[in-house]
Amino acid sequence: MYGLKLDWMETPEAPYYTLEDYTGPEARWCPGCGDFAVLTAAQRLCRDEQLAPEKTVFVSGIGCSSRFPHYMKTYGFHGLHGRALPVACGIRARRPDLNIFVATGDGDCCSIGSAHWIHAVRYNMRMVVMMFDNNVYGLTKNQTSPTSPEGLRTYTHPRGAPIEGMDPLQVSLAVRGVSFIAQTVDFNPQHLLATLTAAYHHPGFAFVRILQRCPHYTPRAFAPLQENPSMMSLLVHPDGIDGGESMTRLFPNRIEHDPSDLRGARVIAEAEQGIPVGLLYKNDSVPRYDHASASGLSATREDRVKLLEQQLDWFRI
Amino acid sequence: MANPLTPAQAPQTSEKTKQPKPGKTARIHTVSQRIVEIVSDSGEGAQTAGQLFGSVCAKAGNGVWTVEIIPAEIEPPSRSRAGASGNRIRFSSQKTRNMGDKADVVVAFNDQVVYGRIDDEAMGPGTILIIDRKWRNHADENIRKAYIESLEDFEKRGYDVREVPIEAETLRFTENPQRGKNMWALGLLCALFSRDIEHARTQVRAKFKRKAKVKGRADAIIETNLKLLDSGYEFGLDFFDERYEIPAVPWKEPRVVMDGNAAIALGTVAAGIEVCSMYPITPATSATHYLAAMFHKAGGFIHQAEDEIAAIGFAIGASYAGKTPITITSGPGIALKTEFIGLAVMAEIPLVIVDVQRGGPATGLPTKVEQGDLLAALYGQPGDAPKVVMAASSIGECFHFVITARKIAESLRMPVIVLTDANLATGQSDFPLPQFDEDWLSPPIDQSPWEEGVSPYAWDPETGVSRRPIPGQPGGMHVLTGLAHDENSRVAYESKINQQGMRMRSRKVAAFASTLKPPKIYGDEEGDLLVVGWGATRGTIEEAVDRLRADDEKASAVHLRFLSPMEPGLKDIFSRFKKVITVEVNYSDDLDDPFINEENRRYGQLARLLRSQTLVDIDCWTRVPGKPLAPGLVEEALRKKLAVMKGEE
Ligand SMILES: Cc1ncc(C[n+]2csc(CCOP(=O)(O)OP(=O)(O)O)c2C)c(N)n1
Repeated sequence: MYGLKLDWMETPEAPYYTLEDYTGPEARWCPGCGDFAVLTAAQRLCRDEQLAPEKTVFVSGIGCSSRFPHYMKTYGFHGLHGRALPVACGIRARRPDLNIFVATGDGDCCSIGSAHWIHAVRYNMRMVVMMFDNNVYGLTKNQTSPTSPEGLRTYTHPRGAPIEGMDPLQVSLAVRGVSFIAQTVDFNPQHLLATLTAAYHHPGFAFVRILQRCPHYTPRAFAPLQENPSMMSLLVHPDGIDGGESMTRLFPNRIEHDPSDLRGARVIAEAEQGIPVGLLYKNDSVPRYDHASASGLSATREDRVKLLEQQLDWFRI
Repeated sequence: MANPLTPAQAPQTSEKTKQPKPGKTARIHTVSQRIVEIVSDSGEGAQTAGQLFGSVCAKAGNGVWTVEIIPAEIEPPSRSRAGASGNRIRFSSQKTRNMGDKADVVVAFNDQVVYGRIDDEAMGPGTILIIDRKWRNHADENIRKAYIESLEDFEKRGYDVREVPIEAETLRFTENPQRGKNMWALGLLCALFSRDIEHARTQVRAKFKRKAKVKGRADAIIETNLKLLDSGYEFGLDFFDERYEIPAVPWKEPRVVMDGNAAIALGTVAAGIEVCSMYPITPATSATHYLAAMFHKAGGFIHQAEDEIAAIGFAIGASYAGKTPITITSGPGIALKTEFIGLAVMAEIPLVIVDVQRGGPATGLPTKVEQGDLLAALYGQPGDAPKVVMAASSIGECFHFVITARKIAESLRMPVIVLTDANLATGQSDFPLPQFDEDWLSPPIDQSPWEEGVSPYAWDPETGVSRRPIPGQPGGMHVLTGLAHDENSRVAYESKINQQGMRMRSRKVAAFASTLKPPKIYGDEEGDLLVVGWGATRGTIEEAVDRLRADDEKASAVHLRFLSPMEPGLKDIFSRFKKVITVEVNYSDDLDDPFINEENRRYGQLARLLRSQTLVDIDCWTRVPGKPLAPGLVEEALRKKLAVMKGEE
């Protein structure tokens, strides 16, 4: 306009996001709940990675932990019990540009949502899944969960859970298509953040089981680990999760484990002793279903009209 | 006055010469319509032949309506009643909108499948039965005997039986008659109905080109099938003393012919939908098969989910991310999707859901016709879940309703359910060639900054409508939730907010209803009996009403396309008739059933809706035969109703 050239204009600088840009309303979990630590880690991850809040979606099911999206300031989808993963996969299907995180509980993921969990691992669509495992149903107040250890007394099993709990690591590692499995604990913020960061950078479905304290119903579930870190085995490797030296020092037991070794990962997951903490498996070259689902994104309206007319012509009398 | 659509009297042939006389000239009768069935054991291709014959008739300019004859089992034994598989084709010199009554001609590959058709009341005295004579010389004496006995029985029933060497002729061209008889029979039908054999050849070529692509032997397969077609055709020209001509309808506009599931798939393309998320279920799946074959050319993607819950969850995710998707299913799938449909209502997520109804409850009649999901579609969700529900009454509507549904879903920010059924799904019919309109396509997703200060549910108090922010839009960040929430999508349990949210979601439906026009009345604006229907029964009801009116009965019909919200003005329309009755393919008690009276009677699903909505004492006549209602059946029921009404006066 008016012959003015506008290329002297400064392009506005990309904004710098602070923690505040990711902080939603005050979180309302019970005092001492492990979910707070995960929330802090997620907000720091977003800040560290400078994720545009409008390009970031937190998806959840139903449960205490599934309240998560409400406490972020990004986009969020707080859906149905057990159904976070299909929704997240649907969001991913045509939106390679979004950062997608899923918050799901052990009941949400491993019980009512178990079919979706297995298939989501298989689809290997890019997203970070934070599975909050507190070994119990929190929101509905103290019922046995599929990961509750045998003997855990809950309101549904006052004389103790009658059978052994399932191991989400073993189940996930058994699914063909698995590409990233890690385990971390809510009481080690450094490891937690390092794990979520590694998950975020993984080009595929990154499943992180977070051993999460529920001070209300399962206060003893992970307290022994906190009190006696030698019950855990830190997985160390140059390709693994690097939490820095100060963090590593907190784990007296370390296992050298190459995360590309699936068999080794399964052996570790099955071990009777030593709860693994760290990256069990990672494979960047597993085919991704989101590549297939987004394959038509470059199609134009003309392509569509052409197809329609071609097809109608075929049916023409 | 004779109704132009009633079957012309089948011709009386005194002379029953079964041997073809080469070069003879047949008498050609011009008739206004015919109903033809072709039936075989399953796997012998009668369905394919029937579909092709339907297309040939449509290409010849006839109005066409076809119904698949589906065996009760997937692999029934050969020569069994339950195994009858094939197609019924009604074609005429008029718009054709239902399957009609008795068949004029039945082509059968064996005598037992004929009994399947007799059980289905598809045949009557005068029906020409063209049957393969191979059983006469079958090696197994029991089969020979059964065949001869059947033939005697058929004669007794008044069928005009013509034995034809279907298999023997087929064997001249192929070693496997199982894969060839159908094309020979198609040729025979083309001769009987003076069809242009070139049309048939084109259809056959196209069909096998598609089919054989995978096997890579297209040319040889097409060649054999064309030979069979020609052979049947020439045999027919020699064989029939009397042949028929059904003049074309003088259509004013170009037309297409397809089945309802193909129409749903094409509607999906035309609506600009990019994602179809589904789990296989009869009779809905073929829509996604067809879509899968071509959707990628428009950049579309089909997700076959791990179950119906995941299918709709995926669709909802895609919608939340800005792409209004479609999920296509049948009754059992709707049951599984229920909770997510409620979420889509609660969180106001646009979504198109197609329910190709089949018989229920539970697994019910997987391949058969029923209109049993109306109340489930409206009220399936716990809590109040207002949404738009529409029902296609024709194959053309299957196409257009998907386009309309997407638009409504997006402008009202809610799920829209489109009901079709097993007849529409697999039956073929013709409709005007859709003229593409740029407006059909969805707009590209909005990624511009969200207007500051506008909340994610800024409900317009008049209409309840609000605009939705889509991930990627700066400033639009909010948490969508299935919990009760306020305008800002903040979880809120306060009484006032809950009342307000409910009111706004309901208001959208009311606001939409205010844009609808009263339905058109078929027949006079007032009279004795008004028949109300929905879905695929339209053509049947209207033909039954035509026949009543031809006898000076004061009957009219109204057909509802929208079931939620209902089209306006119904109460006023009903007030102009002495009696209003719905005709539906779902279950209702009859008033003379034991224990049943007007107070405890379980009515047909539309009747229940209309009764509660209008406070008019609406009656119903419903049946669940697992197949479309024949117009004669409806006519008879309505005549009885009228007779009772007259008796009461
Ligand atoms: C269909 C359905 N069934 C049951 C519930 C009730 N429900 C809500 S959360 C929940 C379990 C929560 O446990 P978990 O997933 O482990 O999450 P936590 O609360 O422990 O974080 C249940 C059973 C529901 N909301 N929806």
